[in-house]
Amino acid sequence: MIWQQIANGIATGAVYALTTLGLTMIYGVLRVLHVAHAGVYALGAYAGVVAFRSSGSFWVSLVVAMAACALAGVLMERFLYAPLLHLPRIVPLIASIGLFIAMEEAFRIVAGPYALAYDAEIRFPSLALGPLRLSAPQSLIFTVTLLLLGLLWLLLSRSTVGLAMRATSMDADTTSSFGVNTRMIVTLNFAIGSALAGAAGALIGVYDNQVWPTMGSIPAYKCLAIVVLGGLGNIPGSVLASFLIGLAETLMIGIVAIPFPRDALAFVAMILVLMFRPHGLLGKG
Amino acid sequence: MLSGYLVTVLITIGIYIILALSLNVITGYAGQISLGHAAFMGIGAYTSALLYTKAGFSFWPAFVLAGLVAGAVGAILAIPCLRVRDDFLAITTMGINFVIEAVFLYIPFFGAGMGIGGIDAPSLLGKELGKSAFLGLVLVTILLTIAADRWLARSWIGLGWAAIREDEQAAGAMGIDVVRFKVLAFTLGSAGAGLAGSLYAHFLTFIMPVNFGFAQSIVILSMVVFGGIGTLRGPIVGAIVLGALPEISRPAMEYRTLLYGILLLLLMRFQPDGILGDRSLVVRGSQRLLRSRRNVKATTDNGQLKTGQ
Repeated sequence: MIWQQIANGIATGAVYALTTLGLTMIYGVLRVLHVAHAGVYALGAYAGVVAFRSSGSFWVSLVVAMAACALAGVLMERFLYAPLLHLPRIVPLIASIGLFIAMEEAFRIVAGPYALAYDAEIRFPSLALGPLRLSAPQSLIFTVTLLLLGLLWLLLSRSTVGLAMRATSMDADTTSSFGVNTRMIVTLNFAIGSALAGAAGALIGVYDNQVWPTMGSIPAYKCLAIVVLGGLGNIPGSVLASFLIGLAETLMIGIVAIPFPRDALAFVAMILVLMFRPHGLLGKG
Repeated sequence: MLSGYLVTVLITIGIYIILALSLNVITGYAGQISLGHAAFMGIGAYTSALLYTKAGFSFWPAFVLAGLVAGAVGAILAIPCLRVRDDFLAITTMGINFVIEAVFLYIPFFGAGMGIGGIDAPSLLGKELGKSAFLGLVLVTILLTIAADRWLARSWIGLGWAAIREDEQAAGAMGIDVVRFKVLAFTLGSAGAGLAGSLYAHFLTFIMPVNFGFAQSIVILSMVVFGGIGTLRGPIVGAIVLGALPEISRPAMEYRTLLYGILLLLLMRFQPDGILGDRSLVVRGSQRLLRSRRNVKATTDNGQLKTGQ
């Protein structure tokens, strides 16, 4: 029973990690709270459904979802955020909220208010580690997440582009003076972060076998709390906080049967942590 | 006489004006982004509703206490907010909103998911106020809020807030007590939201946790930013325009929320100062117009002077 809950928690945490990772990367270079990131996540799920229906392959639909979201991310960065960066923080924040509301409504108008099925058959071995057994969909989520995290880690730590990305998030002006095209790096960051959100949306769509217009509503705000909990702009912190919150949420429902709202947990944890560490778990002051 | 429908819309807009003006104190004057203003509206509404339905208070003391309780909770919650800044503050206030909504939703004392019903309209001299009279009460509250706003903005408190908003460290170095001014802004702003919440509860006669959720906070903040943050006219006009929008766009019901989102997006992209902010097209345009007219007048005055000599 408890192992079952832990398996659920790992799958939930993995999806949070993919979503928050993009959010924290984007915050790292742009310093905007990208609320519409959850709209990108829902877009990934919809793109996945459409691609799955026409191709019949889950893997094709995953790639299409990531590509569609990367494109959407680039457009948002170029046409929405880039012109607003020199303005007070509240301006891009409200613009992002407006975009998120508009995206949710666009999904509802185009695809209808009801949930669409994303019934990709998952042929994937189920993983077991002692008493901990991950079901096939959970294994898929976990493996894809680890794979993408691994690729991202390789990119960031072992390639020149990754070096430029890390440098840009530390100090864009200085990086630019070393001849790095920081505009391109910011856009690339946005594309990669959005692609990760798209993967998260497609995975959760398959896992729950449904995709609906407001599926991003709760992640939109919960992921912000997780990102802050981990330390805004801090990638390992985000991953750590995602798995902690994913596990805590499922364990709390499964074991302590107190009537505590699941979705408020991330915020309670965040406020408590901020009292003692104003820059989050792994953030630097 | 105004029709019942129109009065209802006007009362709703009026309550939003009070909410927008009170949030403007925190976010516009003191520069502290708050994404949780609806929580304080909720605290006021629940205080008033509980005092009325359970403790047997009449509306008037409950109304005043709603403001005081919301202000006090605002002061207490300002303390964790002092430790964080900018984006961290925005998300902390968002978190406070989610937690307070969860408290209303999960604790039976607050009526849990069912909310609280049976809240009557206020009565004066033994007679229950009709809708038009209630609109009068809302208008009086708005006027009092505007008076308080003007007094604060022109006093040294307003100067202190402006200094903190522009540069917190410099303000502190100049000897401004940053902590006290921030707590004061949160207290006064929350108290205003509490009064609006009390009016809201006695107007709707029943309240539910979802009325005071994060979505409501976004609506209030959008009004402030839409009109022009940090000005007096901005939040008022923002509340009127965005408050009337759902009614005006009733024919396009299906696309209402989509329009709202796109409107916010386009406004921030092309008029980030709001429609009536100090750097907005409308305000700059009218200033230029006034200035050119004044210049014309000045030249004619000079002309007369010359001919007189």
